[in-house]
Parts: sequence; C-alpha cells; structure tokens
Amino acid sequence: MSELFISMTPVSWLVDPLTHEFMRRALMVSALVGGVCGLLSCFMTLKGWALMGDAVSHAVMPGVVVAYALGVPFSLGAFVFGVGSVALIGFINQKSRIKEDTVIGLVFTGFFALGIVLVSKIKSNIDLMHILFGSPLGISSSDVNQTLVISFFVILGLLLFRRDLMLYCFDATHARSIGINTGILHYLLLTFLSLSAVAGLQTVGIILVVSMLITPGATAYLLTDNFDRMTLLAFLSSSFSSIVGVYISYWSDIETGGSIVLVQTFLFLIAFLFAPKYGILKNSSFVNTN
Amino acid sequence: MNPIVKTQIQEKALLRIQADQVCVDYNGMVALYDASLNLKSGSICGLVGMNGAGKSTFFKALMGFVRPSRGKIRINGVSVTNAQKQQYVAYVPQNEGIDYSFPVSVWDVVMMGRYGSMNIFRIPRESDRRAVIHALERVDLLNLRGRPIGALSGGQRKRAFLARAIAQRASVLLLDEPFSGVDVPTEKLMAELFLQFRQEGRTILISTHDLNHVRDFCDFVVLINKTVLAYGETTEVFTSENLNKTFGGIPPNPLAGRTSAKDFQNE
Repeated sequence: MSELFISMTPVSWLVDPLTHEFMRRALMVSALVGGVCGLLSCFMTLKGWALMGDAVSHAVMPGVVVAYALGVPFSLGAFVFGVGSVALIGFINQKSRIKEDTVIGLVFTGFFALGIVLVSKIKSNIDLMHILFGSPLGISSSDVNQTLVISFFVILGLLLFRRDLMLYCFDATHARSIGINTGILHYLLLTFLSLSAVAGLQTVGIILVVSMLITPGATAYLLTDNFDRMTLLAFLSSSFSSIVGVYISYWSDIETGGSIVLVQTFLFLIAFLFAPKYGILKNSSFVNTN
Repeated sequence: MNPIVKTQIQEKALLRIQADQVCVDYNGMVALYDASLNLKSGSICGLVGMNGAGKSTFFKALMGFVRPSRGKIRINGVSVTNAQKQQYVAYVPQNEGIDYSFPVSVWDVVMMGRYGSMNIFRIPRESDRRAVIHALERVDLLNLRGRPIGALSGGQRKRAFLARAIAQRASVLLLDEPFSGVDVPTEKLMAELFLQFRQEGRTILISTHDLNHVRDFCDFVVLINKTVLAYGETTEVFTSENLNKTFGGIPPNPLAGRTSAKDFQNE
C-alpha cells in the first residue's frame, strides 16, 4: 500500500478511481448521503436525540427487508418502521414504569433482531452484510435513484423548515405559545431521521449510520456559535469525510463504511483538540477577546 | 350600534385575561379547580403560591398547553387558540429552562418572537428587523446583539427573552420567576420596563414566590393554592391571613366556604 502512495502523484490518486463507473457512483452517493446525514445531525445533537438516532437507525432494518421482499421502495418500509418504533417507545414509556432510555434500548434491539431474522428467513437477493455494513461500491442503480430522491427531499425539507425545527430544538415552549404545531415538527424531524438512516445505510450500513447522524453535528458544534454556520460545517465535513473515506477504502482495500466513519471521527478529534473557542488546547486569551 | 352594547364590548376588550371557573386535571389528579380571574389591560399582577400550587398549570392553561376540563379562558376576548395565532401571549421562561450552549445569538433569539407573524419559511422582512432592533433597544442589548446567548450574564439573558416578548408585540406577558438570578441594573431596567408595559396597556402576570417583589412591582396579586384563593389590589389582598392560607395554612375545602374570585369582583 505504501509503495502505491509513493509511486503515485496526488492527482492520479484522486483521478484514477474516477475512471470506474462504480467509483464515480459511490463517490457521488456517499457525498450526498454524507451531506444529508450531516445536516440532520445538527438537529439531532442540539435536540439531544443521539440515542433516538441510534434507535431509529436500527429500527428501520425490518422495514428495509420487508420493503425489498415486497418490491416497494425501501424508504417506505424504513419510514413505517422508523416512525413506528418511536411511537412504540412513546407508548411503552407512557404505559409502564420503565425509564425512557431502557425503553429505547429495548425497542430498537427488538426491531433490529426482527430485521436480522427476516433477512435469514426471506429468501431474496438481500445481502445481510450490505445492510449491516453498507456497500457504496456495489450500489445498484435503482438504489442510487431512490437515495437521490430521499436525499433531495430531506435536504429541501430541512432547509425550508430549518427555522421552525431550530426553534423546536431550542425552545419548544415558545414555539407552541406562538401557535406553531410542535407535534407536526416532532414527526417531521422523525421522518427525516428515518429517511436519512435508510440513506446512510447505503454507504456505511445500519450499524455505523448513527455516527453519520451525530458526529458531523458534534464536530460543527465545537467550531461555531452560529446555527446556520453549524449546519453548513456539518454538511461539508460529512460530505468531505465520505469522499475521503471512499478514496481511502479504494486505495487501501478496507471496508468503506468503517473508513468513512473513521475519517469523521478523526475530524471530530481535530475539532475537539484545536477548535478555536471550544477545543481543549484553545488559547485562552483568544476566548477572552471573543 | 346600540351605545350600551358598544360600551359593553369596549369593556370586554379591555379585559386581557378572563378565566372563568377553570379546572385542570392530569389523568384524574386535580391540579387546579374553579380558578376564576379577570385582569384588565395595563396591569401588573403577581401570581403567588407554593410549588405545586398550580402556578405553572395556570400558565399552561393560558398558553393553551393544557385544556381545562371545565371552565373557560379568554385572552383579549378570544379563545386561547386564537390568542396564540394572534400572538397575544408571550411566555418569558425561567433561566434554568433554556439550553444556553445552543448556537444562537441574541439577535436570533429576539427574532424568534417574530416567527408567528412571518410566513411559513420564517423569512424576516424589514418590519421584522425593525421590531427586533426596537425590542433590543428597549432592553438595552442592541450593542450585544451578535453575542451568543451563552456569553450573556443571567440578567442579560432575562432581558433577551423579554425582548423576544416585546418583538412578538404580545399584550399578555407571562413571566416565570423573572427576578431570580438577575443583577441590580437588570432589576431596575425590568422594573422600568414593566411600568412602560403597563402604560402601553399590556398585562403582565408574574409567577413568583418572592413576596417582596410582588409588594414592590405588582398592582394586583393572585394567591393560588389549587384554586384562586384571593385576587385583587396588592394592598388589599396581601394580608397575613391570606398569605397564611396560601402558604402552609389549611387548604380550603373545595365544597364549603370557598373563596371565589367572584367575591372580589365588586370591590
């Protein structure tokens, strides 16, 4: 591998993979999906929904499997099971004495297990490994189209309603008191979460998709005090991580999903250490003048 | 129009808050019963009671968060739902209830007061910006408008949320413990603001357990313990007997010897 790097110019490192159709496709889808999840991750981290993101991203699994088996768009199955799992969490939480985090853990592992059982039972061309770990290099063109539609829908929705969603995350009481329907916003955010989870599943797989849904937001949160800038930073860092992750995966022949998430984690660590205001190695005089 | 009817309507319009025998219960637990109250425009009213006496339930009912199981609430003569849509009611939260590490500036927070008047995508117009500038000037935060709210002092934070209520142009302000954790200059500024609000015909309802502040700032006081025990002008209602009833005294029997707000209506 190291010989490869030495013998190559940076340009060929970037350009050579583009001669393959599957790499052009993988890069495009990964960058887009990364951007979508990155954008959403701002709302997840600010709302304190990291655990919820984990839960929903796992709970969509049986939905995806059933959708594949029935031949309907997997986004539909993901939506039903994603939102359904949250409704179930709310129901059990309300009707029993069990604490919420326990209920969340209980429901999403149940759904996840159901998904795994279904994959093994339903004879189809679904590859469990693809769902669990993602396979952007082997993504089919119909999956590409669906992912494109989902991504544009979620990006558009988040951009158009970002003010209301931000207010909902920041001060839901005020939102309600001025007549905004926070119930709709809650389910809108959940819908976006389910759809993003199923989009992220294409690139990094179900197990790691929660990273896409929280890490970029956490990184951006350390870098700015401005909400719009935070969303932009999360979008860019997440897209960037996906692209770099795919390249590294191509050249080093490592698992793509893990590679993408490791780049994201690396960016987070850099922000954690060196962020101008909130990094732990910050120059304290800089903070005072700010 | 019949002149008598007309004056009746005008009188009604002057009533900012009308609560008529409001009962609220949560899954069978009574939080508030028979709470009646009329507050006219241009009044500063203290809402006094122990923790769990129903202060926040009353606020929630006024904001439309809980539906009374019985009774009726009107704000500026309209239902609570319409009052929300008309931006009549603003809630100024306690400092503790807000995430101050949220990446928003003072300007952003005050602009949130305008959301209800904007279109669905919340794109500010020139008039919204002017309203925000005006509100920031009134609480003396215009020069700090670019600051993240987390970088403000306790008093400045309180003022930022007051500015949001001003920008909303609400005529009914619900304040939750407004004086807790504020510095002396802010307290002075808030006292002046409240007097201006009264002058402008706004009605302020202050939920607090600090009795000194009620004495200093409030023209009216409402004593509650699961119901409205008494309400009226502060000088008349703030008797040791009434306060005993509110704090630690024997809770009134809902069926016998009820102190209805109606007793105070013809004071």
